[in-house]
Parts: sequence; C-alpha cells; structure tokens
Amino acid sequence: MELSEQNVKKQRPVHLDLQTIRFPATAIASILHRISGVIMLFAIGILLWLLNSTLTSAEGFASVQSLFDGFVMKFILWGILTALGYHLLGGIRHLIMDTGRWEELASGIASAKVTFALAAAFSIIAGIWVW
Amino acid sequence: MVTNAASFGRSGVHDFILLRASAVILACYTIFLVGFIACSSPLTFEIWHGLFSTLPMKVFTLLALVALLVHAWIGVWQVLTDYVKCTSLRGVLQFTFVVTAFSYLAAGIVIVWGV
Repeated sequence: MELSEQNVKKQRPVHLDLQTIRFPATAIASILHRISGVIMLFAIGILLWLLNSTLTSAEGFASVQSLFDGFVMKFILWGILTALGYHLLGGIRHLIMDTGRWEELASGIASAKVTFALAAAFSIIAGIWVW
Repeated sequence: MVTNAASFGRSGVHDFILLRASAVILACYTIFLVGFIACSSPLTFEIWHGLFSTLPMKVFTLLALVALLVHAWIGVWQVLTDYVKCTSLRGVLQFTFVVTAFSYLAAGIVIVWGV
C-alpha cells in the first residue's frame, strides 16, 4: 500500500455508530417492496390452491369457507392482503416516478412516507374485513 | 451480446418495459378481484363459480398468471443479483422461482379449464 493511500484511509472520517445510523424512508420503501414481492410469490401458491378448492365443487367452497373460521387462515389472508396492498401502492409510486415526478430527495421521502401511511390504512381495513 | 442469461428480457430496457407492462395487468386483475369479492358479500358458490365460468374471466386469469410469470422472473432476478453473490446458488434459486411461476401458470390453466 502506498503512503498516500494510507493517509487517505487515516484521514477519512469513520461513522459506524449503529445507534444513530438510520435508513432513509426511500430505502425502507425499496426493501419492503422487495420483501412483499417475495412473500406474494409464495402467497400465490396458497391462493391458487384455494381457488382450485372453491371452484371444484360447492362442498369444496364450503370447506374453504369453514377454513376461514380459524385464526391461522384469517391471519395468513390478512398477511397476504397487507403485502399485496403495500406492493401495489409501492408499484403505483414507482410508475409515477417513471414519469419524472417525485425524484427529488424531499418529494421521494414524502411519497415513501405517504405510501407507508396508505399501506398501513389498507392493512387495518383488510384486518377489519377479514375478522 | 448476452450479458446475463438469467434475466427475462434481452436487455435492461426490455426488462424495464416488461416489468411495468406486467405490473399494470396484475394491478388491474387484483383490484378487480378484491373489489368483486368485497362487493358481492356474502359470496356464494354460485356467484363465484359463475364469475370464473365466463370466458373473459378465464382469459383475464390466465393473462394475470402469464404477467405473474414475467413479473416474478424479473423481480426475482433483481433481488437475487443484488443479494446472492454465489453464482451457482443464484442459478439454483432463480431456476426454482421460475419453475414455481411456470407451475402456477400450469395450475391456473387446469383450474379455470374445467369451470
């Protein structure tokens, strides 16, 4: 290693205080979009299985309905709806950003926060609907 | 020049367009289906079976599953290329997810076929 390179490394300010490092809202919006997308890839399998059962016969439809009496199935459905709602809202935000809007730091952070608020509201509505 | 054989489109621009086109189809399908279930309460077997027995709904469902295949392929590629640096593991995971999405499409065809 050259001396100049060592000097650069020495002089560079190091900030690794994990207590004060925070992801900006835009980064959280991005990672949540990815997580909700992967969750739904698995969720589609469950939904297709339910679709198959409900369309095969009236008995199958009734058995799926009784399945939703239990907490576990309700919770899974609520989770799927929450992931779906966030992914959809985040996707709409992305499409709006494709048109050149909300690309600045302030507007990007603001639109990310609005997406969180709308997704949370949708999640609550979905919870009320399911239960 | 093929710079990445695991991606769906032939270029980044191709992937960009396909991701958005499939997203629009998926958004329309989800909003319609969730809206339909929400509006037709209590949902009975007759209403549900009747909806999926119509040709437009079968086409819409299969269209959505094709869009899902494209959307998931590109989305999974984006996520895996960012986080999984081991090429062979990334290849196996990409293969698994794409085969899963193809299976969803095949299952969807069989499910709506007989309704």
